[in-house]
Amino acid sequence: MNDFATAFTTALQMIVHGDRALAEVVLLSLQVTLTAVGLAALVGFPVGALVALARFPGRGMVVGLLNAFMGLPPVVVGLTVYLLLSHSGPLGALQLLFTPTAMVIAQFILVTPIIAALTRQTVADLHEEYDEQLRSLGSRGSGMAVALLWDGRFSLLTAVLAGFGRAFAEVGAVLIVGGNINHVTRIMTTSIVLETSKGSLPLALALGLILIGLSLSINLAAMGTRDVAYRYYG
Amino acid sequence: MSPIGTTAEARAAPAPEPAEAPSGADSTLLPLQVRGLVYERNGRRLLDGVSFDLGAPHIAVIMGPNGAGKTLLLRLCHGLLTPSAGSVSWGGHRPCQCLQRVTMVFQKPLLLRRSVLANVAFGLKVKGLPMARRRSRAWQALEATSLTHLATRPARLLSGGERQRLAIARAWALEPEILLLDEPTANLDPPATLAVEKLVRAIRAAGTKVVMTTHDLTQARRIGEEVLFMNQGRLLEHRPAEEFFDAPRTGQAAAFLQGKLLL
Repeated sequence: MNDFATAFTTALQMIVHGDRALAEVVLLSLQVTLTAVGLAALVGFPVGALVALARFPGRGMVVGLLNAFMGLPPVVVGLTVYLLLSHSGPLGALQLLFTPTAMVIAQFILVTPIIAALTRQTVADLHEEYDEQLRSLGSRGSGMAVALLWDGRFSLLTAVLAGFGRAFAEVGAVLIVGGNINHVTRIMTTSIVLETSKGSLPLALALGLILIGLSLSINLAAMGTRDVAYRYYG
Repeated sequence: MSPIGTTAEARAAPAPEPAEAPSGADSTLLPLQVRGLVYERNGRRLLDGVSFDLGAPHIAVIMGPNGAGKTLLLRLCHGLLTPSAGSVSWGGHRPCQCLQRVTMVFQKPLLLRRSVLANVAFGLKVKGLPMARRRSRAWQALEATSLTHLATRPARLLSGGERQRLAIARAWALEPEILLLDEPTANLDPPATLAVEKLVRAIRAAGTKVVMTTHDLTQARRIGEEVLFMNQGRLLEHRPAEEFFDAPRTGQAAAFLQGKLLL
């Protein structure tokens, strides 16, 4: 219990004193995860809508794969990206290994299936309800997809938050492709792993508490906005 | 052919040939010719050999008890469903070629999670109107439906009567030649019903053919100019409203007009 008390005090002290090292890892964590989630949404929304609306052979398998990929093991994704970006790998020339960009790529791969699968479900449900009305107004194809995505925007925010939660808390992939280099690729989760292995358990726990606090605040803010907007638009 | 044919006359008429449809966009969509329309689902025949012609710009009212097939008939005419047999032809065009020239207002209209104005503008965007014209046309439709004061309000928060008027504004903004209305005043209170009926008359006066379903007898008497009476998936009578209400030819219609329950 003593460790927990120390962790709390440490966490508070770091926040109150505006610890510069802490601010650095927090900012990089947010930067990497928000970029990855933003890009994943750009890809996941249209892919999800396409799979929901288009009829093509093998669609059932694509839906199954999307759902299964929501649970991709981060370590395996990290390893794959590592092999692709390593010197002898096919993308080695880009020299991205051990950079924040590599971490963004790994998180993007983890998050895109989550956003796409949840988008597919949202759009498919809305389509059932909207189909006749939209067809009656002459809407079809990509126009219908955009209309459904826009009307499902409050539910889609939940999909984005699910992706954010996954990426923000993830350590396996970013540790492999980022390398946890101080001032370069060190983020919240990799710092926790490092402090734990060094035996600084209270500091590791303090970082963990700050991570949870941040994640919670971002989720609460997003859900709050969503609820207010939902009440406004009905 | 008389604008309002009887069912028997309509059945005898030769089936229209959509393949030889006139291609000009300005060609009229009337007469609507429906021939031997059948719709089956899960082995049940929900619509059974319905045939009729609609030619004149009257307000045509499709009447009948619940489950008569009124809504189904509208959806088939609009091309939202594919018939099991028979054909629908709008002046030689297939229904799917006439979207936006034939528009429909559903009994429970689905309004988008946008403002009132944006809901009207949506259909105009689909139609391909440039932004400036979209706005002015949408505004015009809101003026016609007395909804301008609600233009910026979220559409989903409107009252029942306002929602229905918005749905009509959205359909009418597209300047359709034919407006299909499915029970436009179901669940509305008398003032809201009156407002919708006034609107329907104005739309008809502006030259749009209105085809509406209702199970409300008094409403059919108030605004119907020709009546199609349906029961259990069959079209039993199709006549000018006055004649129909004065002297129904079928027992079912007579019973319905007397307010009896049709079983």
